[in-house]
Amino acid sequence: MQDDPKKPLEESSGVSRRDFLKISGISAAAVPLIGTKVVEAAGQPIKVYGPGRVPVELTVNGKKHTLQLEPRVTLLDALRDNLEITGAKRVCDRGECGACTVLLDNKTVYACSVLAIDAQGKQITTVEALMQGGKLHPVQQAFVDTDASQCGFCTPGFVVATKVFLDKHPKPTPDEIRRGLSGNLCRCGTYHGIQQAIAQFAQKGA
Amino acid sequence: MPDYSWPAAENRTLIGKRISRVDSPLKVSGRAKYSYDYHGPEMLFGKILRSPYAKARIISIDTSAAEKMPGVKAVEIIQKPGTTVHWAGDEIVGVAAVDEPTAEDGIRAIEVKYQLLQHNVSDAEPPAGAGEAPGPMSEDDVWDAADQIQPAQVAAQMAQLGVKFKATEEMLAVWKKYDMPDEIIAAARTAPYHEEKEGASSSFFQKAAAQSQGEPDKAFAEADAVSEGLYGSPVITHCCLETHGSTAEWPDKDHLFVHISTQNVSGIPGQMAEPMGVPAANVHIHQDHIGGGFGSKFAADRWDMAAARLSKKADGKPVRMMLERDSELKVAGARPSAYARVKVAAKRDGTITGWQSQSWGTGGPGGGGMPPIPYVFAIPNQRKQHTAIRNNIGPARAWRAPNHPQAAVITMGALEDTAAKLNMDPLEMFLKNIELTKPRQDIYREELNIAADLMSWKSKWRPRGQNISGNIARGLGLSLHTWGGRGHASDCDLTLHPDGSVEIKLGSQDLGTGTRTCILIVAAETLGIPMDAITLNIGDTQYPPSGGSGGSTTIGGVSSSTRRAAVDAREALFEKVAPALNAQPADLECVNGTVRVKGDSSRSLSWKQACAKLGAMPLTVRGKNPDKTKPPDLTNSGVGGVQMAEVEVDTETGVVKVKKMVAVQDCGLVIDLKTAESQCHGALIMGITYALFEEKIMDQNTGRMLNPDMEFYRLAGISDIPELVVHMMTGKGYDERGVIGLGEPPVISPGAAISNAVANAIGVRVPFLPLTPDRVLAALGQKAGA
Repeated sequence: MQDDPKKPLEESSGVSRRDFLKISGISAAAVPLIGTKVVEAAGQPIKVYGPGRVPVELTVNGKKHTLQLEPRVTLLDALRDNLEITGAKRVCDRGECGACTVLLDNKTVYACSVLAIDAQGKQITTVEALMQGGKLHPVQQAFVDTDASQCGFCTPGFVVATKVFLDKHPKPTPDEIRRGLSGNLCRCGTYHGIQQAIAQFAQKGA
Repeated sequence: MPDYSWPAAENRTLIGKRISRVDSPLKVSGRAKYSYDYHGPEMLFGKILRSPYAKARIISIDTSAAEKMPGVKAVEIIQKPGTTVHWAGDEIVGVAAVDEPTAEDGIRAIEVKYQLLQHNVSDAEPPAGAGEAPGPMSEDDVWDAADQIQPAQVAAQMAQLGVKFKATEEMLAVWKKYDMPDEIIAAARTAPYHEEKEGASSSFFQKAAAQSQGEPDKAFAEADAVSEGLYGSPVITHCCLETHGSTAEWPDKDHLFVHISTQNVSGIPGQMAEPMGVPAANVHIHQDHIGGGFGSKFAADRWDMAAARLSKKADGKPVRMMLERDSELKVAGARPSAYARVKVAAKRDGTITGWQSQSWGTGGPGGGGMPPIPYVFAIPNQRKQHTAIRNNIGPARAWRAPNHPQAAVITMGALEDTAAKLNMDPLEMFLKNIELTKPRQDIYREELNIAADLMSWKSKWRPRGQNISGNIARGLGLSLHTWGGRGHASDCDLTLHPDGSVEIKLGSQDLGTGTRTCILIVAAETLGIPMDAITLNIGDTQYPPSGGSGGSTTIGGVSSSTRRAAVDAREALFEKVAPALNAQPADLECVNGTVRVKGDSSRSLSWKQACAKLGAMPLTVRGKNPDKTKPPDLTNSGVGGVQMAEVEVDTETGVVKVKKMVAVQDCGLVIDLKTAESQCHGALIMGITYALFEEKIMDQNTGRMLNPDMEFYRLAGISDIPELVVHMMTGKGYDERGVIGLGEPPVISPGAAISNAVANAIGVRVPFLPLTPDRVLAALGQKAGA
């Protein structure tokens, strides 16, 4: 689990907010162009996308997909609405609940808070990829055994977050659980089951 | 007549055991498909333009720019000019476009002009005399009345109360333009004009007649102690993680197909048919999984109707219309508030003799009713009076155990305060008055004793404010609750195929309560085959109708209809198989995947061999609930539950931490102990959330909700979860009552128990939930100042 999921990713779009302000200040000519352009800002070449649809290449669960997306499309919407990979859920609309948690190069991110264009060149892993050979991942099996889902809408995000958390903390303390999994919210109240699932996993050392 | 009754405890192989939820593997792997996940071919995305004002009349709507926008495929006006909107977020126009951002652009291009009207979003205590004598009517009052009651009644009200506006011909021309009935226009000309009186009551308040029983005055006059206090719960939202909404499409011009997030699959066609102008038989509803409902998803909502209309305009292409999070919290339902000033009369020995309450609360434009107070305890002498506040916060919807959590906060708080006044342990006082909980006094007595053991109540409990070390005050609290929970109407088709496969069809839905699992447990138990040998189909109007999942009625309904279907199928199979086993049908049983002569494994057929005797055609039977022709009644009503909470309060910061909760719950015969316990764990957690964090905060100036997101409308996280202990009452005295619902009961008591624990810890009542640091500090400050 990333320490603070709401913290902006390092090395994100390559265009920082400060750069963006400079670009908007200096290069009105870049705006009407379609597709990726390189402009110079603060003496550095910077890629600018859009505003129309641009080709976007995403590697999801090991498979490459090429899409035509507006640069404003989030990774979550690209997954759900363009690739129809729907395990990650849209719940809070932006960066509050963790139901859209996926992995970018094995780090958990909120897919609603990453632009699809910024996920290019990275390995995107969703909950769908955790099963191997038709068999549930041990963390998923623990969720089943301890009844850690009710309506199940928060579950995919929680499973991804828990899997990565347990990779890092195979024998977590209660305090580590409280901090490590505080980025995901549930309405039905399955936290008790999730605590049990973690305890079961830690005990089996799977 | 076959024996439909539940199998005896010693014969149960599945019922009452801890069975894993059958749809968990789908849910943990992201394969479970929710209505929000449905993606139709060439699907369009719908968005709604919503009123920014809490109360306004729509003057004009200009959609021309939106309609010309590339990518916008359909525009639908939901509320016409002349209509009055009654809350911020009310639906005005729907747009469908090729993608979501374009639909949003379309919304932004629409121009709506409003005439602002006076709104009220407060649910503060009504001023003295409010609602008693309605004053003359304002222009707003007339429009409101016209929206709600018959023109003749409006005219009569205007004649009786008078009006406080001058009905100019100009004004009446505007009325006419916006379809005000002629009868009301005529009444405006003749209604007596009264100037507005100072302090005259507005139409916001509806005061109900006082109710009384016994001799309250005598009870209070003769009381050894009278406790007085203020208690309450604010408006909260449902905050379903899957927002409300649907995807609607028209496969042809006469048939509507809707993927909707609903608690009421079988009931939706009847709601959509007339507005859509097609027979209910032509409305097909489908839902595999639902991401939470909690009472807020029984209707086809205005946005669902808009999606269907937009789809029709867009050549029948699917239109997905799922609410955004902010709309979900603003308009998709809320739990009414309830507050009360309460007086309790008691004798020195703790006997409660009298109750007096003035209560108020709001359920939005509809006002709302009085919660059932005093709750659980039938106090002999009572006087109570309720004022409903009709305001513009948005509509109320059933929220898990409607009115009961609010009633528990008021009643259990007042009784705990009374115990404190008498220097009594509230556990002792509740037991002392347990006869008032008839007819469930035996259940409560047993549960109170079990809960007390699980909480170590007797060793941990201290009188108020006497368990403080440094800044940390510790306390215990308790509460009782009840609920009905009789099974609803449900039809179940069960088919045995000659190849041995088994199929169940039932138009119900699984809210995450374990409905699928419980249906399979009952069928598998009855047929003596494994649960995974049965194919279960639910969530579609092509299957036999089953009631909406509300009021904890599903488990009793579906388990009863499934049991009757499975028993009938089994009996029919016995008829076919008996000759091959040289036996009478009545001598056969289904055990361990075989059909055999009772107790004789040498005379048996495998399940597959037995089903082959059906011949060429499958056999389908229908089980129903209720069904008086097939006794006994398999479901029942009326459960009892007890909860206890242990808290720590930091008296410097005001932060409340729940340390432990105990839930002891009865629900008759438990079908699946594992999912039943999960219901209780989940309810305790949901209860901690509303006790400590939840409130729909409204701004009186703008009329809008201030916290329509999940950062400021806070849900408990994993770090807020204490030790939880759940004990289900099972076995003799409970099982034979039949199956009773469990969804609502355990969510009723947490707020009351936690509020009582905080009062016990810090020595003073924090009147209203949620028990936020500012409220705790304010109560401590008052205590210090007192």
